[in-house]
Formats: sequence, structure tokens, C-alpha cells
Amino acid sequence: MIPLLRPAAPSRRRFLAGAGGALVLSALLPARSARAEAQGPAEGAGALAPKPGTRVAAFLEIHPDGTIRLLSPFVEGGQGIATGMAQIVGEELDVPPSRFVVECAPPGPDYAVVNGIRMTGGSFSTRSSYETMRRLGATARDLMIRAAAAKLKVQDGELTTRDGVVMHADSNRSLSYGDLAADALKLKPNESVPLRDPATFRYIRQPVPRLDVRDKSTGRAVYAIDQKVEGMLYAAVQHAPRLGTEPKGLANEAEVRAMPGVHSVHRLPGAVAVAADSWWRARKAVEALKVEWTAPKASGLDTVAADFSSEIMLAALKASTDPGQVAEEKGDVAAAFAKATKVVEADYEAPYLAHAQLEPPSAIARFDGNGTLDVWLPNQMPEVFQTVSAKVAGLQPAQVRIHSPMLGGFFGRHFFYEASNPFPQAILLAKATGRPVKVLWSREEEFARDAVRPLSFSRFRAALDPAGQPTALEVRTVGEGPIGRYFSMMMQTPVDPSAVEGIVEKPYAVPNRRMTFTKVAHPVNIAFWRSVGHSMNDAFYESFLDEVAQAGGQDPFALRMALLQGNARHRTLLSTVAEMSGGWQRGPYRGEGGMRARGLAMASPFGSETATIAEVSVEGGEARVHNLWIAFDPGSIVNPAIVKAQVESAAALGLSSVLFEQIVYRDGVRQSQNYDTYPVLRREHMPKVHVSIVESGAPMGGVGEPGLPGVPPAVLNAIAALTGQRVRALPVANTKLSSV
Amino acid sequence: MVNLTINGRHYSVDAEPDTPLLFVLRDTLGLTGTKYGCGIAQCGACTVHLDGQATRSCQVPLESVGNQTVTTIEAIEQDEVGRKVVEAWVALQVPQCGYCQSGQVMAATALLKQTPHPTEGDIVDAMTNLCRCGTYNAIAAAVRQAAA
Ligand code: FES
Ligand code: FES
Repeated sequence: MIPLLRPAAPSRRRFLAGAGGALVLSALLPARSARAEAQGPAEGAGALAPKPGTRVAAFLEIHPDGTIRLLSPFVEGGQGIATGMAQIVGEELDVPPSRFVVECAPPGPDYAVVNGIRMTGGSFSTRSSYETMRRLGATARDLMIRAAAAKLKVQDGELTTRDGVVMHADSNRSLSYGDLAADALKLKPNESVPLRDPATFRYIRQPVPRLDVRDKSTGRAVYAIDQKVEGMLYAAVQHAPRLGTEPKGLANEAEVRAMPGVHSVHRLPGAVAVAADSWWRARKAVEALKVEWTAPKASGLDTVAADFSSEIMLAALKASTDPGQVAEEKGDVAAAFAKATKVVEADYEAPYLAHAQLEPPSAIARFDGNGTLDVWLPNQMPEVFQTVSAKVAGLQPAQVRIHSPMLGGFFGRHFFYEASNPFPQAILLAKATGRPVKVLWSREEEFARDAVRPLSFSRFRAALDPAGQPTALEVRTVGEGPIGRYFSMMMQTPVDPSAVEGIVEKPYAVPNRRMTFTKVAHPVNIAFWRSVGHSMNDAFYESFLDEVAQAGGQDPFALRMALLQGNARHRTLLSTVAEMSGGWQRGPYRGEGGMRARGLAMASPFGSETATIAEVSVEGGEARVHNLWIAFDPGSIVNPAIVKAQVESAAALGLSSVLFEQIVYRDGVRQSQNYDTYPVLRREHMPKVHVSIVESGAPMGGVGEPGLPGVPPAVLNAIAALTGQRVRALPVANTKLSSV
Repeated sequence: MVNLTINGRHYSVDAEPDTPLLFVLRDTLGLTGTKYGCGIAQCGACTVHLDGQATRSCQVPLESVGNQTVTTIEAIEQDEVGRKVVEAWVALQVPQCGYCQSGQVMAATALLKQTPHPTEGDIVDAMTNLCRCGTYNAIAAAVRQAAA
């Protein structure tokens, strides 16, 4: 997670400390007064420097027909945030969520509701803005009541609301919000309006149907890839085979220029492009281009060299002797190892991963006569994309309008990753052609340039006492995380939290601990990937914990329970998941069609807690997962149906990653080009997923990512229980499992 | 010029004969409900019906369509089975990001038109489209509900 996004609001000084990421930084600190001015006068005195999430007019448009357009700070990409926002605002405003139309808001300081910044990520949306958005709805309702009081010439206190109508019971008169909106927005909002008593909630905590489901079931939902503007050209690109090399010569440019529909041929940073009157024609033409690329460096890890490979990278991580920085320390590890009756050691590794979201990335750029630029693009952070777009176009951010359509999956794909986003290409091509341009990356170009979950390595050592209890745990993590790469100015220590999360801050009472992080940078574009560091680190840690249990002759469930002595929240989750699965049994035991076994894992991702059990068999040397039981405690929730669906979705991605996924580099080039060479989870591998929500009442945690991290280790532990094989190098598909 | 019948309407299209039907639908005719996911018959996001058969339109060159009638997601609710499938999808809240779901609904409708009461095996065999959001269980449940 991003450290500044912990509950305390970040100070401007902390933002400014540290180096790097200047573009991102300037985007995160919008020039408030200038921006607010550009938006014109709004309600009352707060208009010039809005406190994020307070200016009703920036969020709500109330239409005469009773529908409400909500400009959401967040982008919808399957996580259900549009519906969640409608529930939260609708609850306090007293309007059914079904009457809301939710769109992602343009850039603007009003929407910086995630502790002072704006983004859709880190499983942060609901928990960071829950209070703010409730208050916004309540403030708007109060404006309606006051506007109605003035119109009806009665006291505020005599009025009630129901479903978007203000009612005066005594005189049997009523006014709809639609009729009141214009007057209401002229009033100065009350600073402190009371919030609804949760006991009276009608929408929050209910399985309210999602607002976008019908459109998504009938092809009517519009994604970036579906958008079209008047007079636009379609562009397709061919990227340099190795990141960092540039186009030198084009052997057949004239020939390609003469192909049907071709408008023009272009050289771009690290790519060539063809603009044409249809995308298919552009694609055929760009793929016909014979390009000579500059030569990469022969070797080394500061760029993607001619000989760069996953293997070389992993060897470099393993070979590093830099002691690194302490990420977590407790007790006296050296003394505990000196006294140990047994020492367990293991190395764990995980590959680069692609996001492989089903919508290939695209962007439209259009310059208007008056020197402004419109960009339509998938993104999780509109202000950052606005700032970068302005820089690419040679404009000021205020001259750039960003449109953020619904995302066809994201999982961390749509942050700004430099050469891994198509929008700078669209801007350069729109500039060069004098026409609006839509750039769409073919699936092959997407697999070539997607920013990847970093390849990772950790070395574990545990000391055991004569009773088989772990007395010390030492973990050395070597590599790089995306926060250090893209948000280093937000880090408070040299330890990249996105590289060590899932290894530090585990709930187990191992008395002596020492976890370190050694930074070794990757030459490739790395990314946030659903659950980020947790996506591999919990797999490593929880799998190693089972190794410790085995070495100490203990049952993995009993060992975890013992290490959680006095920790009610985690013990409750463990018991819950055991009960859900019919009582803990590791196996192997005989199941339908052969032997099966179960594995257990816990994770504490993004403010939530999970306990997961996987049931596995082996068929033809491959793991088959039959059931996943997940007990999930996010503290409290907004929509139980969306929470369950997100946990199942995250579990599917976790399973996909542990079983199949890997981006492998060889000779500086990725070996996957499409879904045939980057297998992802298919229907036949989808297990039954049983989710139980436990609302412990702890502070609200994240939902979109936390279902993932428990799944890989639960599967690895089940495989070990069944076959005796401990898979320490992911994915499992690289290991031939023995039949049982 | 190539003549096509799509969702009961006639179109004349000017494009190279090897242009995949998918891009004719999306870019030439503006029928963007049918999605591009992979272009190589892996994902099924581009599924349409050709004479009622679920077909991956990224693999159908324009020249091969001939007299076959094309049905896309835009017209699926005009079909009785298609309407039932959509209602099941909505009732069970199947989509997450939704990007694969046009193709899933098309595949499910074709399955149920041919096999009104599919077995689990039929569902596994017919519903092979990828869903990166992992909605497979909800999809299978919705197919069962639409068949009931
Ligand atoms: S786009 Fe046709 S199968 Fe993927
Ligand atoms: S719902 Fe997102 S790919 Fe299926």
C-alpha cells in the first residue's frame, strides 16, 4: 500500500521530501485556486479553495425527472465502486441508488478524497471516502430541505424527506429534489449536518443491484476502446522489440504508405506507427513496416540488454550481497538462532506477470482550435494523466480535459507507466497529423509493453525450539516494488512497502524477527498488479510457515492458532474458515475421482484480513483446485453482494497466477505475445468459491484486492500436503507434480 | 462492396475481403458491443452468431460471410432465448468489468438455442470464453437459470 494513504493525512512537506517522480508530484498537488477559478463561481464562500468532497455542485446534478448524475472521484472497472458510491450518497441524500447515473469525474481538486489525493487503487476507494461521501449526501439533503422550507414558508424542522422528495406532513405538500435543485445549490451549505443513524440504513450494507449490469449484459457499456470522435484517424503501433531501443530506418516506408487507407507513417519514441482510416488497415500497414532498430546494450541490468532474461534477473537478485535496510525487527534474532534446535531455510521466487485485462489499451487525443486538448483514455489517476498529457502536448494542465471511461478490467494496469501507456502516442500523432487520433494496441503490442508485476525473490530462515515452535524468523527480500519506482517521494524510509508487504506486519507472535529489503532495480517497466507485493509475498511467507510447521512436527492449523494466541480477530477468521470447509482436515484423503488434500493460509492485505483453505488434487502432473473457502474480514462493508463477487474475482486471479502465469524474458524479449502464450485461468480450472464475510467492526479495510493473497499459498500448501512437493518457484505449472 | 445482413438489416461495406468481421462491425458499422480481446480465437470476446452458430468474429474474414445472417449482442434481446439469457445475467449480477460479457451472452444464447437443457458438460464445452475477472461460476449459474 502507499504509505501516505494511511489514516493520517499527508503533510505537504512529506510529499515534497525525497526525489523523483516530479510529474506525478506536481499532479498530486493541484494548483487549487487557479483550478477553482476556472470552474467559475459555485456555492458560497468555499468555492475558491474547496475542501475535497464538500462542494455539492461538483458531484451532483439533480434532474427534473428525479434522476441524479453523480460525478464520482473513482473509475469503475468491475469493482462495483459506481454502485457503492450511489449507495453511500443515496443513503444520506435519501434517494434510491437505482436513480443514480454515475460517471468518473474530470480532474479537479474537489475529487481528491483519498486522503488528499485522487486515485482508484490500493483498494482504497470506499474506505478512504466513506465518511466524506456520506457527508456530501447529507449536506445535499440539508440544502434541499432548506430550499423547500423557503418555498413552502415553513421551518426546516417541519420537513422530512423520502426517495428524493421533501414533504411537509402538516400541510400535505411536497416538492421533489428536481424542482428544488436550482434554488438549493444557491444556498451556503451547512458545515456540519448530522449523519443518518446506521440502524436506519436502507441501502448501505444491502446487496443493492449494480447499476451497470444490464448495460454490460447487452453490449451497451462503453469502454475507451469503443469511443469515436468526429474526423478521427485510427493508429496502430509496432513497438521496439526491446524497451529502450529506437526506430532507425524504415526499409519499405513508401510501399506501406501506399497501402489501402493509409494516411501517414510515423516514428515515435520506442515505436513506429501508421495512421489510417480504419484500425485494421493501420494495423496491417504497421505490421508490414520493416523497421531497423537501434542496438541494445550487449548486457548489464541498467537497461533491457540484448541478453537480458528472467533468469539473469533472478540470479542478480539471489547474488546480491548488499545487506539492505531493516523492514521489521523485533527481539534478538542472532541469539535465537544460536540456541535453535533446528533451522529451516528456503528460497522463494515469483515471475514477472502481465495484467492481461481483457480490454486492450487505447487512447484518443483531439486538439481543439482554441489550443486545448481532449484525451479519452483508461486511467486510475486522472490528475496524473492530465499533467503528463499537458507535458507531452506542450500545454498547461488546465488546457487538457481528461475523459475516464469505464475500464474493461484493470488490476493495476492503468496507472502511468511511462512507455507502457498509449496516450502519449495518441497525443504525438494528433499533433503530427492535425487530426484527432485513436491509438489502439493490438493484444500482441499490449503483451509486449504492459508494465509487469516485478519478478521477486525472498530468502527465509527460521529457528525452532525443542517443541517445534518457531523462535525466530529472518527474511531477506531483494528486488524492487512499484511504489519505490513511481512514488518514491511518498516513502518515509528507504524500504519500499510494496516490495515487503505480506512479509512484514504478519499477525503471528514469532518472538524474534528480522526482515530486510535490498533494492535491486529492474530494467523493465514494473507495475502495480492486483494486491501488489501481497500477490507473491504472502505466498512465500505462508508457504514457508507450513515448512516450519512440518519441520517442527506440527499441524499447520494448530501452529497458526498457537501463534495467534490472544488475537481474537485472526483466531475468529481461522475458526470461521475451518467451519466453512466442514472442519479443518489437511489430508490427503480420498475424494471424488482420487486423492485430495487441503492447504491453509492467512493474509492481512489493504486493511482487511483473510483466511483461506484450498482443496487440491493432482491430475496428469497438474494441480486441480476444487474448492476455495475464504473467510474475509474487511471490518465493515457497504454492499455484501459486491464484496463477495470481488473476493471471488480476486481469488480467481490469485489462482490463475499461482498455477499458470509468467512473463519470461529471453534475449531481452518477452516470450508471451497473446493468451495462447500467456495462459490465464479458464472455466475448466475455476473451483467452487465459498466466501463468508466477517464484520469484526475494525476500521473499514479494502475489498478489491484482499481476496487474492491467501489463495496462492493455500494452493501451494495443499499441493505439499498431497504430494510432498514444496513448490518454491512460481508458477506451479513449471513443476511436474507427482501423481498420488 | 460486400453485402451483409446484420441483425436483420442490410449493409454494404467497402473493406478489403480479408478484413475480420469483428473490425467491420466495430469500426465500419459502429456496432461496438462486440469486443476485441485477442484477435486469435483465444478469448471469445468477439463472439457473434452466424446463422445461429456462436462464432469468433475475429476469425471470420469479410469475404467468407456470404449469405449467412449475422446476429450481434445489439440484437440479442430481440431473440426470446437471448432475452432470457440477459435477464438471468442481470438477476445473478454476472458481470464485473463486463468486457467479456457480450461474448459470454452470445455464447450462452447459442448454446441454449441448440441445447435448451444443457448438462454441466455441455456448459463446459460451449462456454469457453475467457473472463479475466473470474466470473465463471456466476456465468454457469446464469446459464442454468436461463435454461430452467
Ligand atoms: S477477439 Fe476473437 S477470440 Fe479474442
Ligand atoms: S467480466 Fe471482466 S473479463 Fe469478464
